[in-house]
Amino acid sequence: MLVGPLFLFILFTFFIPIGDMLFRSVENSIVTDILPRSTKLLADWDSTTNELPSEAVFAAMVADIKEGRKARTITRVGQRLNYEAPGMSSLFRSSARKTKRMKEGPYKPALIKAHKRWGKVETWKVIKQFIPKYTAGYFLAAVDAKQELNGDIVRLGDEKRIYIDLFWRTLRLSLIITALTLILGFPIAYLMAILPTKSSNLLLIFVLLPFWTSLLVRTTAWIALLQQQGVINELLVFVGLVGTDNRPQMIHNEFGAIVAMTHILLPFMVLPLFSVMKTIPKSYVRAAVSLGAHPWAAFWKVYFPGTIPGIGAGAILVFILAIGYYITPELVGGTTGTFISNRIAHHISSSLNWGLAAALGVILLGIVVALYLLYDKIVGIDNMKLG
Amino acid sequence: MGKLPPYLSLPERLWHYGFRLLCGLIFFFLIFPLVVVIPLSFNAVPFFTFTKEMLALDPAGYSLKWYEDFFTNLNWQGAVQNSVIIAFFATLLSTTLGTLAALGLSRPTMPAKTLVMSILISPMIVPLIISAAGMFFFYSRVGLQGTHIGVILAHAALGTPFVVITVTATLVGFDNSLIRAAASLGASPTTTFFKVIVPLILPGVISGALFAFITSFDEVVVVLFVGSFKQRTIPWQMFSGIREQISPTILAVATILVIVSIALLVTVELLRRRGERLRGIQET
Repeated sequence: MLVGPLFLFILFTFFIPIGDMLFRSVENSIVTDILPRSTKLLADWDSTTNELPSEAVFAAMVADIKEGRKARTITRVGQRLNYEAPGMSSLFRSSARKTKRMKEGPYKPALIKAHKRWGKVETWKVIKQFIPKYTAGYFLAAVDAKQELNGDIVRLGDEKRIYIDLFWRTLRLSLIITALTLILGFPIAYLMAILPTKSSNLLLIFVLLPFWTSLLVRTTAWIALLQQQGVINELLVFVGLVGTDNRPQMIHNEFGAIVAMTHILLPFMVLPLFSVMKTIPKSYVRAAVSLGAHPWAAFWKVYFPGTIPGIGAGAILVFILAIGYYITPELVGGTTGTFISNRIAHHISSSLNWGLAAALGVILLGIVVALYLLYDKIVGIDNMKLG
Repeated sequence: MGKLPPYLSLPERLWHYGFRLLCGLIFFFLIFPLVVVIPLSFNAVPFFTFTKEMLALDPAGYSLKWYEDFFTNLNWQGAVQNSVIIAFFATLLSTTLGTLAALGLSRPTMPAKTLVMSILISPMIVPLIISAAGMFFFYSRVGLQGTHIGVILAHAALGTPFVVITVTATLVGFDNSLIRAAASLGASPTTTFFKVIVPLILPGVISGALFAFITSFDEVVVVLFVGSFKQRTIPWQMFSGIREQISPTILAVATILVIVSIALLVTVELLRRRGERLRGIQET
């Protein structure tokens, strides 16, 4: 089997990592790993009675915190719980310091004295929520919802909703970019298709050159063009269209992201369109015209339907690429032109909420896989061509 | 262009020229950003803009100092070194594995061809940010995060789909009776492979390798997550450069990269033509 080695390689370097991400988006073992004794006892505690857990649970918690403090893992529990209930991080941090002096029981009053939140049933309910090995909590957070302590799932208040809006924005911007690449790509693909091979090959180079040029080069170029002191603004000031004091803001916003990404993704629209249009015989339109059709009608009724497979292929390709774009929105998008991928990156490298990053990633992956299946249905993966 | 049929009416003539003007503007939109970078990289002042001296073509407005910075700055030189090393090994790995897999996939006896193909090319479809996130999570578990090997493996995985696709495409016109003919004339399977199969698929292999190379050389998302400062590549350095202190050195690097991509484009195009000629496909 010649396919074997690559199959194993892709499995290890690519599929297992993606699987790892799926696992992390539901994984919930951090609290039970670091607080093993207390969570074990807490599992038997009946939270509906609204009574604090027994002395044994408090003793186990003190032991867990002491151990966690030594292993320096206790702050991670606090951090994780803090995503669900603000204040938990400081609760664990300050209690960790004070448990040092708790040599013997009874631990219940001692711990409550160390921090009054230990005396509240809600605190224990939050911890109890983390006993199951898997959680839907990250996914709920990714769609701006959360699970209440009584098990109900509620949507967050309007001011706290971020991700649904961000998903909509990502979809909206990707659609705009797809539409723009189609509007700009269709005429030039058509021109290349009707010109003789020699001239169209020359024009093809103009499409392929940006396609082959580093993404960062193209993004840098747009920064140079669009920034406040950039080429386009200088030109506008020079011809007197705008005053030097009110130069339009064209970058680090939605506009900049749309322009730069339309430029970057345009070749991905033109190439499939061109390869489909090349196969439509020019004589069809001529025949229609000679039979008395208006040139417009001939184009619209005879030529255009033939290009639909190319439009479908190009549009889905551009849309898939746009929806997962990271670099360009990060550099030219500012705050209003960011995509969901920027948020994923933020949670991986800045806020370190990896579970939420993984959940957002899984949702994005689901959207892309659905589109990919659609692409396969329309074009077929085997027909994918490059350059 | 100049031979319009004489029977066309005025609106038709206007449309003809108007349409070409429109296309010209779109091509301008495609190319202009790449062209504008080049003169800006010779700027004498540290801004991304044309100065008065530059517009007056005054030699004092131009300078090579950003190129000098690129060739002497250790950050950039380290980045070049890393880029070349990582791209080389990633290409080697993905070309070898990808070519073998394409040969296997093109056998008529291959079961579940479509399914295997879609699995093998999935690294190309999955958004980079998701691959990068997954690889970051898993590679940091197994200790590959922040190592050259980790980045090479990741880039090789991203490059294999291109090799599989280009080599499979050259094998479409492959005549299997050539193998039987070679065998009937007494060639061993190894001889057949190197003397018959390799020369025919070589253009596909090379252009696949070029795709894999450029994928790794250009790639920035995965290297940002899987790599660290030690694995910084040219795109890594450009990305952090644009985010932190923006200097025309980035434009100088961009100019060099544009020239490199022109060279690669020409190579791939020549290979494609050679491949079509060898397999007897007429240019239409």
